[in-house]
Amino acid sequence: MARIGVFVCHCGENIGRTVDCAAVAETLAGHPGVAHAEDYKYMCSDPGQALIKRAIIDKRLTGVVVAACSPHMHEKTFRRAASQAGLNPFMCEMANIREHCSWIHEDRDAATAKAIDTARTIVEKVKHNEPLQTIHIPVTKRALVIGGGIAGIQAALDIADGGHEVVLVEKDPSIGGHMAQLSETFPTLDCSQCILTPRMVEAYQHPNIKLMTWSEVEAVDGYIGNFTVTVRKKARSVDADVCNGCGDCLAACPNRRTPSEFDAGLGTRSAIYVPFPQAVPNTPVIDRANCGRFKAIAKGIKKEVCGKCAEACLKGAIDFTQQDELVTEEVGAIVVATGYQLYSIGRAQPEGLTGYGEYGYGEIPDVIDGLQFERLASASGPTAGELRRPSDGKVPQTVVFVHCVGSRDPEKGMAYCSKICCMYNAKHAMLYRHKVHDGRAVLFYMDVRAAGKGYDEFTRRAVEEDGAEYLRGRVSRLYRDGDVIKVVGYDTLAHEPVEIDADMVVLATAIRPQPGIKQLAQTLSVSYDEHGFINEAHPKLRPVETNTAGVYVAGACQAPRDIPDSVAMASAAAAKVLGLFSVAELEREPAVAAVNETTCVGCLTCQRVCPYGAVEAKEIRDRDGNVVRTVASINPGVCQGCGTCQAVCMSKSIELATFTDAEMYSEIEALAFWP
Amino acid sequence: MSGDGHADEFEPRITAFVCNWCTYTGADLAGTSRLHMASNVRIIRVPCTGRIDPLFIVKAFERGADGVIVSGCHPADCHYTAGNYHARRRFALFRELAAFVGIDPGRMTFSWVSASEGAKWRDVVNDTVARVRALGPFDEYRRLVDLPDASGESYATIEGLLGRTAP
Repeated sequence: MARIGVFVCHCGENIGRTVDCAAVAETLAGHPGVAHAEDYKYMCSDPGQALIKRAIIDKRLTGVVVAACSPHMHEKTFRRAASQAGLNPFMCEMANIREHCSWIHEDRDAATAKAIDTARTIVEKVKHNEPLQTIHIPVTKRALVIGGGIAGIQAALDIADGGHEVVLVEKDPSIGGHMAQLSETFPTLDCSQCILTPRMVEAYQHPNIKLMTWSEVEAVDGYIGNFTVTVRKKARSVDADVCNGCGDCLAACPNRRTPSEFDAGLGTRSAIYVPFPQAVPNTPVIDRANCGRFKAIAKGIKKEVCGKCAEACLKGAIDFTQQDELVTEEVGAIVVATGYQLYSIGRAQPEGLTGYGEYGYGEIPDVIDGLQFERLASASGPTAGELRRPSDGKVPQTVVFVHCVGSRDPEKGMAYCSKICCMYNAKHAMLYRHKVHDGRAVLFYMDVRAAGKGYDEFTRRAVEEDGAEYLRGRVSRLYRDGDVIKVVGYDTLAHEPVEIDADMVVLATAIRPQPGIKQLAQTLSVSYDEHGFINEAHPKLRPVETNTAGVYVAGACQAPRDIPDSVAMASAAAAKVLGLFSVAELEREPAVAAVNETTCVGCLTCQRVCPYGAVEAKEIRDRDGNVVRTVASINPGVCQGCGTCQAVCMSKSIELATFTDAEMYSEIEALAFWP
Repeated sequence: MSGDGHADEFEPRITAFVCNWCTYTGADLAGTSRLHMASNVRIIRVPCTGRIDPLFIVKAFERGADGVIVSGCHPADCHYTAGNYHARRRFALFRELAAFVGIDPGRMTFSWVSASEGAKWRDVVNDTVARVRALGPFDEYRRLVDLPDASGESYATIEGLLGRTAP
């Protein structure tokens, strides 16, 4: 028989002014199952809590209902008090008679009647409450970082420096990401590779970092603290343990015409290649799509073709028979740092985007995007840092930079601001003027957004010291006219159309998440927005967590980010991971669902509706090991307690602790006491 | 029980199923903001609208509710990612079924109230109370199971049923 104590709080005058608290206590005292009821001025105060503890002991209470404020306010307080008096904390519940009653009603009789109803409803629920135990989950203190750009490197280094092992997975042959492609960085104009490559080497040599380049995450199972990750190590065709990175194979390769991804298509590379000279690791990869030997194999030619790289390799590291390898890693936390790509704005567009055909990208060779300009300006680039345009190698005398190509344009591109373009356009104009002193840099802009430390000063410097010409307005069309590109636009400050003869045009195209991000997000069960950027758990208060516990996000895969932002996010994510690893075991509220395996019919509707993938099919076998039937099984570590599975369960075989059917229906029934 | 209307007016009883993260918190905000509203609604907290079995609503009507409110997080805002989408589909169907069995859909309000929409919660409450008050007491069910109505009259006779056919 339930022995429930009801404690009605006046909250000073907050409740007492509108609700007759003594009457509430008196009425509830006569309710079946209530062994004790009293009212008090401030239940949450020390004497108030002492009153509850005393009653639990003296009256041997089996449950407690505190009729006071919202459970969001003081549920923890009262549960702790109950537990100090020896009662299971989950046998204590709150009836909200302040926010939902005394504060929103004026009529004292009506408010008192409602308070009585509310308290009685919760009393009926507590009669069906079960004592529950906090769930303890072990933590594997090892992290996975997906993406080896600056965000991934930073996160990996921070976690590794904190004393925990990190697996850093990168899909390209080298870590470094987009930052390795940049010439100089705003707002300091320091050389990008000079600050990045030492960090790359540090990550490579760190005893706690296991680097897996030319690898991709294939599958993720498990939950916070206990993920099992399958990584596909793509066949490199080079034995990384034997190779000493001498580069003889690269020189021997007869194919030299493959467009270089690292040079954004402006330079070429061999079929066996390292993306750039400072690559980490400095182990080549054979690009099988462009290698003569593998092309011949694909065509079914039996004879062994070429093999010049293998002949050149004195260490015998080339292995044409290498296969993709699947590696399993156990980790407790995952940081997603997959970065961005640029919106390719040519005419052919996937995903229903219309592109910017009128800008001639991909058709006029001297219309390039921001990353291509970075390579042209970079000392390690295809022109060795001399600014020469791609079509004929001429030094451009007039360069037009176009802001917001595909950004802030919900009609044709992306509705969002790509954030970094204003800064890198100013930087490009400066770099250009530093290299071509008599050249003209014209920038078509919508606004100049330079919010950041030293950023506004930087864009002003571009105008005041380096003579960048800012024109407010949009470019309507680009076309080739002999040797020049006609740029047709409108100056919205002077209110006149403008036409500029440019030698080269640089389009600041929108930042988009990497292709394949949606598939990765689904593999990780994290949500993404309409553009494919990973959603953070809360835009202000939980910026580096995702809605899946144990999975964190850093850098431009969450939204357009510059380097300082990406690094800050990466360190924040690493701090979250280290925080997770600092406890021996995770504690969780036991509000999770469980399946009654004797009544479950195995329809697995629950599996289809579970947003967390917490439901698995479980086979019930007889003594001989034959499968008798299949039932659903819920992993309490993954379940977040929404109860959607219980509502769809046709055989009523699922119960969500703290919101069981018995509890819910007893609450509904309690309202039938209405006069 | 008396609401904020005239003493002789019918005071409907309304059960509200609200999710813990959005509407319950929104109703808390209405309280914190001291937004006065009709006192006819009794709130039952669920973790997510996805937890609400349509039978909860049936049970509420069976046990004397004149109206029901179901409210949760806005689409795309669900604390549990997708529970509210399941709820939305469920109630789109349930509304039709309820109409078929003779429960006026006007007795049910399905709404999205976020944690920051205290004023919207007040409007949902007041609008629902006014609408259900206009519909009158829900006693179709009581007639069918031979329960006396508010005046003590029994409907268990053919005449009773014929005389007051369900709409």
